[in-house]
Amino acid sequence: MIEFYDYHLSSDCYKVRLFLNMIKLEYTRREVEFYPRREHRSEWFLRINPRGELPVLVDNGTIVQDAQEILLYLARTYDASGTWYPREDALLVGQVSMWLSFADALSQTSGAARLHDGFLYDHIDVDTCRSGAHELLRVLDEHLWFAEQQDCSWICERADPTVADIACFPDVMLAEEGGISLLNYRAIRRWTDRIKQLPGFILMPGIFDGVPA
Amino acid sequence: MDVLESSVPESILWDDWHAIAEWETVAGMGRLGTVLFGRPLVVTLDGEGVMVAHAGGGALPGRLKYGYVWTCLGTPQRDIIDFPEAAETDRYVAPAGSIGIAVSGLRAVENFLDLAHLPFVHRGSLGDASVTEVPDYTVTVADDGVTVTDVRAYQPVASPTATEEMLVDYRYDVLRPYTVALRKTNPIQRSRFDALALMVQPVNEERCVLHMLDLYLKEGDRDESAREFTRFIQSQDKPILENQKPRRLPLDPRAEIPVRSDASSLAYRRWLRRHGVRYGAVPENKP
Repeated sequence: MIEFYDYHLSSDCYKVRLFLNMIKLEYTRREVEFYPRREHRSEWFLRINPRGELPVLVDNGTIVQDAQEILLYLARTYDASGTWYPREDALLVGQVSMWLSFADALSQTSGAARLHDGFLYDHIDVDTCRSGAHELLRVLDEHLWFAEQQDCSWICERADPTVADIACFPDVMLAEEGGISLLNYRAIRRWTDRIKQLPGFILMPGIFDGVPA
Repeated sequence: MDVLESSVPESILWDDWHAIAEWETVAGMGRLGTVLFGRPLVVTLDGEGVMVAHAGGGALPGRLKYGYVWTCLGTPQRDIIDFPEAAETDRYVAPAGSIGIAVSGLRAVENFLDLAHLPFVHRGSLGDASVTEVPDYTVTVADDGVTVTDVRAYQPVASPTATEEMLVDYRYDVLRPYTVALRKTNPIQRSRFDALALMVQPVNEERCVLHMLDLYLKEGDRDESAREFTRFIQSQDKPILENQKPRRLPLDPRAEIPVRSDASSLAYRRWLRRHGVRYGAVPENKP
């Protein structure tokens, strides 16, 4: 049985929910009230994850932490198609790793700005987060534009999306909640529209139905 | 501290009590930072009570009521608001959840009063997408608040205890600029009303936290289901409110073009104008 410790407004939790739905895996959702109750810092939750961070996935007693690590775990364990995390090509494995760490960087900039604006994280230097997010978004936008010129729709050079796309999507899509406009990132917006068309795509508060590009 | 953080609001806001945290959150953490009118505050445990202080030092009055911690930055001109239902023993008096929203607190209050958004934003719960018409209702503006009565709304899931769709009688009382009480038909005891209160904590002029207090009849209800229900509704309102531009509430009657169903909102804006509220607002453009 898969148990998923989730918070409905977390971008990191959403990416796992999204992926679970896309690979059609059943699970039991356990809401951890990150705000306002800070349940992720509570004694019972610290026993599950001593780092006090969401999300956490428990698969028959095995605890997997960290959104990116959970995506990899699920893809390796349950993706029969093998397309979400292709391992036959060493270069591609490296690409996926690079973009998963890019997703971490998005979380620490765009995600942090959103925590500042919506969750009273006032110790965050929001201007630095916003400019850091714009730097990353410029990189991603350019990367996706060049990929499109090669007839590639996704972050990695594959015909199908990979976990890298899922990992980067939420903190891009929710950037405006942290005061980061996506207006000038046209290749990114075409890419997010394509993700919204994928089978099994689900919404979260703040992410709306897509209009095809 | 930027411009947003340093302005001083009008006395009707500044010299009043505001809910700034749930007691249970403070109890769990021991210490909690928050922000009111741009001023960083720290809430700490003090035996069975609380202490509220400026983050840089300087004690503030701190009170516990309805499961919330309250404080006042100015000189309180009146007591913490009284909800008569809180004294009835067959009700829960429970904080139902809070959410931070990047919009003026006045916008959040206006949204709470808005009946037209229910079938769209809360489709399937507080509204039905096929019943979007808002029947006429009665609005009264007095010096001490705004009252919206004779409201009837068709709701698929009106509250956590609702088991079927129903026609709900509503009544809103805007008691203070950031506080609204809502009474709506209880799904089980149809002659009585569930009460809930929205208490908005202004973080600055363009950010706020919505605190919801439930004064629900206990029959058929569970504390946690009420919290889930609030969480669900609040998370639908958040992105809608954050897409409203400007983030401050326009008080100029010519700023936006109203329709008939906006009567409650117009009354609220008129009442704010009457009291000279400018904090979190785009003030009236006087010729």
